[in-house]
Order: sequence, then structure tokens, then C-alpha cells
Amino acid sequence: MANVTIRKLNKNYENGFHAVKDVNLEVRDKEFMVLVGPSGCGKTTTLRMVAGLEEVTSGEILIGTDVVNDLPPMDRNIAMVFQNYALYPHKSVYQNMAFGLQMRKYPKEEIEQRVREAADILGIGPLLERKPRQLSGGQRQRVAVGRAIVRHPEVFLFDEPLSNLDAQLRVQMRVELKRLHERLETTAIYVTHDQVEAMTLGDRVVVMKDGWVQQVGEPLELYEKPANRFVAGFIGSPAMNFVDVTISDTGGALWVDAGGLRLKVPPQMVERVRTHAGKRATLGMRPEALHLANGSDHADFCFDTAVDVVEPLGNEILINFRAGGAAMVTRVDPSVRVKAHQNIRVALDPQRVHFFDGTNGAAI
Amino acid sequence: MVIERKWRKWLLFYLPMAFFIVFTLFPFYWMAVTAVRPDGELYRTWRQASATPFWTLEPTLEHFKGLLQTTKFPHWLWNTMLIAIVSTVISLVCGMFAGYALARLKFRGSEFLGTAIFVTYLVPQTLLFIPLADIIRDMHLGNTPWALMLTYPTFLIPFCTWLLMGYFKTIPKELEECARIDGATRFGAMVRIIFPVAIPGILSAGIFAFTLSWNEFIYALIFMSSAELKTVPVGVVSELIRGDIFFWGQLMAGALLGSIPVALVYSFFVEYYVTGLTGSVKG
Repeated sequence: MANVTIRKLNKNYENGFHAVKDVNLEVRDKEFMVLVGPSGCGKTTTLRMVAGLEEVTSGEILIGTDVVNDLPPMDRNIAMVFQNYALYPHKSVYQNMAFGLQMRKYPKEEIEQRVREAADILGIGPLLERKPRQLSGGQRQRVAVGRAIVRHPEVFLFDEPLSNLDAQLRVQMRVELKRLHERLETTAIYVTHDQVEAMTLGDRVVVMKDGWVQQVGEPLELYEKPANRFVAGFIGSPAMNFVDVTISDTGGALWVDAGGLRLKVPPQMVERVRTHAGKRATLGMRPEALHLANGSDHADFCFDTAVDVVEPLGNEILINFRAGGAAMVTRVDPSVRVKAHQNIRVALDPQRVHFFDGTNGAAI
Repeated sequence: MVIERKWRKWLLFYLPMAFFIVFTLFPFYWMAVTAVRPDGELYRTWRQASATPFWTLEPTLEHFKGLLQTTKFPHWLWNTMLIAIVSTVISLVCGMFAGYALARLKFRGSEFLGTAIFVTYLVPQTLLFIPLADIIRDMHLGNTPWALMLTYPTFLIPFCTWLLMGYFKTIPKELEECARIDGATRFGAMVRIIFPVAIPGILSAGIFAFTLSWNEFIYALIFMSSAELKTVPVGVVSELIRGDIFFWGQLMAGALLGSIPVALVYSFFVEYYVTGLTGSVKG
């Protein structure tokens, strides 16, 4: 059983910087857990503490049932893939992959068999005699993954492995990694700053900011029910539209106001939002929750504005506009024809609205 | 660098370069010409009409023969080579371990220690020879090669440590971390991964150490007295300048032969020492 448990993990550096704050996580056996967040949020530090490359200030890390805080990296039965591959430049691909097994005194035949098996899975068989400097970025990445696979570890650790690849290769490798995980069925912890990678690869995703865990959940859960404004704005591209509003109670119905914009609070949210009546809050609407108004939209959920910038992407068109003092985006079908500065009427889908507390950003 | 007009290229590039080449290589040329110039030509005045200062009409090998047969030059060459190699090896080994420790390990006082090691390099040998002479005498090492093999590291180790420390810092930390995850101990990762990757830097430090040791004069002059045990710089100066008579032909022949090993070492390893100065390759 290779589950990873992290309890009240903290990391303080000598200069006083508190990088990881009270992180609690449970990675289930065979699960692909993604840690995502902006630079400096503590995700890589957490990963490195699981690997044993950083000292733990306080808290416990368990792999299976064993507390591994005091175990050196080589005794934790983990394998790590680094952002810049960290291939040994003076060794061939074969020797790179065999090094870990040689250190553990595996018999030569077994080393040979494991390396060839991993090379076949990753399609790098013909490259075994080359040195790293003779490989392309994608090939080096595969060798780095292969080096981790041959060890048959209990946990795979990935530290932004796709960040150094160009965009197209990144998409391709993402799919391959997912396929690989399904084939190998090994617990994996993956760190990235790219929310697309997090959403596509993770069985569950952990969003971190400033050393704190913001939310843990399945990708769609994070997308549809973000716990706070940060998670709502981080997950999803283009990002959710935010408008700072005041909530007013007009006897029976709740309305939100923001500089010229006036919308009704959808009925299913009234109960929760009522407690914030009279206060400031943030209204969140994803680009796909907005559309150009047609006759069937209720006037309470519509507003008028002017088109700012049009971005045709081919499969959809993004319309940028301003309303309520905020810049917003909506996605429309590519057949829609709008021009800059054209007046439009935008309608909101009342089922897909989010509210966040004005002071702490928590979801209401 | 695109210089549009040809004359500008000549003025700003070729001419200064030619001047610089002549300025640097002329002493070697002069040395080589003097070494093959017969005595008769050497001790004639230049004001004669038939004087040919820049080349010789009757090259001769008599100075080389005289040098190799009548003086102890072959001994000096062997001594210098042995002492240079041994002191280079000692200093490299110490420098590699010290450089690694200062570059990678975080321990209290590491910064101070690094600076202290570098500062010892700055103490001039003309000052340091005094206490060293005492120590050499007390240990009865005077007039033995060990006197030099053990005192040269006093300036070679700081130099090697400093150079290698800088080089090790350019090697990505992830390589060792990966090795440690793969199962190597810290020491094992250093020896199996870092040192092989750092070979250009190590060679570069070795070449500089070899050269510094080869050319060293003060300690060799003070600690070695018998003629057979002297090194080339000292032997050539003490045996070939008797009183106020300079045996120029043999002197220059000795200098020429003495600079060949270092020139060979440099020419074979030039690409290594360039990368050694600029840093390691990532990947």
C-alpha cells in the first residue's frame, strides 16, 4: 500500500521565510495527485520534503505506514523526475537508467531486463547508447521518466517535468504521462504551475498559495465549486470574471450593484447570500456562464455594455468588455459576428454564479 | 562584429592584433634565435654592418649539447617534472574535496573558511619563506624534493580550491539530488557524478597548478642547495650565470627546453581549460 500521508507539515528556512504552513494531505494508493499554484506557493518545497531533499521543520510524512521524516532519500523507495531532467551528462542513456539499480546492487540481467522494458514503454530503445547531449528535449524527458520507472518505486514524484518543453511537445507528453500512469498504477505526486496540466492529469488536485493549501478535490469539483476567490481565479482559462459588488436587500429579493451594473441574485443562492446583505462581496462568473442575450433571457440577469476587444480563436470567439468597473470575458460560438465598440446585451446563466466574501475571499 | 569598410577593420583589428602578437611572442622568438646562434655571433657588437640581429646565418646546436652534457640540466628537468606533478596531485585532491565542501555543504563558518583559504593565497612567498624555512629545517627536509612538494601546496591548494569551488557551483544541484535518490551516498554522488562531470574544471585547475609549480622560484632557490636537486628555473640561473659571465646561448637553450613541457600541456588541454574557466554544461 503506497499511500502518502502528510500531517501538519511546516517548513521554515533559516532566514525566517515560512514556506509551507500546516499542510495536511492524504494521497491514496495509486492516485495521481497534483500540487498546483503560483511560483513561491510552497508546492515544490512540499514535494522535496516528501523526497527527503529538504529537512522537515515540523510535521510528519508517511509513506505507507512508515514515518519517513528521518529516512534518507534513497531509503524511501521513491523516484523523482526533475524539471531540467538532471540526466548524468557523462553517462549513456542506458547507464543513466541503470545507475539507480547498480547502486542497489541488482544483478546485471535484471538491470538489463528492466531498462529494456522501460525503454520499450517510452519508445527510447534506439537511443540507449547515446549521451544526453545528443538527445532532444522530449527525448531527455523520456529518459528521465524511464530512469524513474526502472526503479519500480512506491511513489513517483514529478517536479514540473514538462515546463522546459515547447507547447506542442508539452501537450503530447501530458497525454503520454497520463497513459503511463494508467499502465503503471503507481502513486504519483506531481507539481506544476500550469492549471491545465493539473486539470488534465490529476485524479485530485491540491491548490496552494503562500504556503497554505487552498482546496483539495477532483478537478471538476475545483472548477465548479471553488472554495475561495483564489481557486476560482486560478483554475480555468480564460479566468473567471470577478466584479466587486454590494449586496442590497430590497424586501424579498437580493440585488447586486456595481457601478452601473445591476443584477438579481439567483433564487437558489438567496439563502446563503442574505447573510452578507449590505456588505461588499465579489461576484464570479465564468466566461461560459455569460452569453449574448436573446429573447428568452430574463431582464434581471442581463446588462448592456460595449465590446472592447474580440479574440477569434477558431473554435470559439472571446469577447472582452467592461461592466461594473471590471474587465470581463465571454466565450461565444465562432459563428457570432461582433465588432469592437459594438453595443451588446450580455446575459448571465443564473445557475452558474459564484459569490465570494469581500474581505477573505471565501466562497459564500 | 561587422565593420563595414576594410580599412577600418585593418586599423581597429588587424593592426592592434599584429602588434599584440609581436609583443607577446617576440621574447620567445628571441630566445629561440639566441639558443641556436653560435657564440661568435652572440658576443659580437650589433653595430657592425654585417650584424643580423633577428636571425642567424649559422644555426648551431652547440648550446643544447653543452647544456645537456656539461650541466645537470637533465636532472633539473626531471626534478621539476616530479615536483610539479606530485604537488599538483596533492593540491588537486585537497582542492577537489575542499571545493566541493565549500560549494555544496552548508555549515557554520563556511563563508569565512572560503575567504580565509583564499586570503592565504594572497600572502606573498617572499614573506612566507621565512617561517617555512624554519619548519623545513626542523623536519630535516632541507635539500630534498619533499621540501618543495610539501610547500608548493601552500599556494596551490587555495588556488585549486577557489577555482574548483566556482566550477562546482555551476553544476546543477539536481544531479546530486538525483544520485542521492538513486541510492548513492553523499560521498558516492560526489565521486561518481560530480567529479566526472567536473573533469574540465579539474583539468583546468591541474594545468594552472602545474604551471605555477613549474615556474616557482623562491622556495626552490631557498630550500634546495645541491646542484642535482635543483629545479630548472633555479638551476639555469645559478649554474649558467657564473659571477658576471652570462652563458647566453646555454641560458636561452635551457629556458627554451624548460618551457616546452608547459607549452605541451597547454596545447593538449586547451579546450578543457577554456570550459573550466567558463563553467560546466547543463543537462
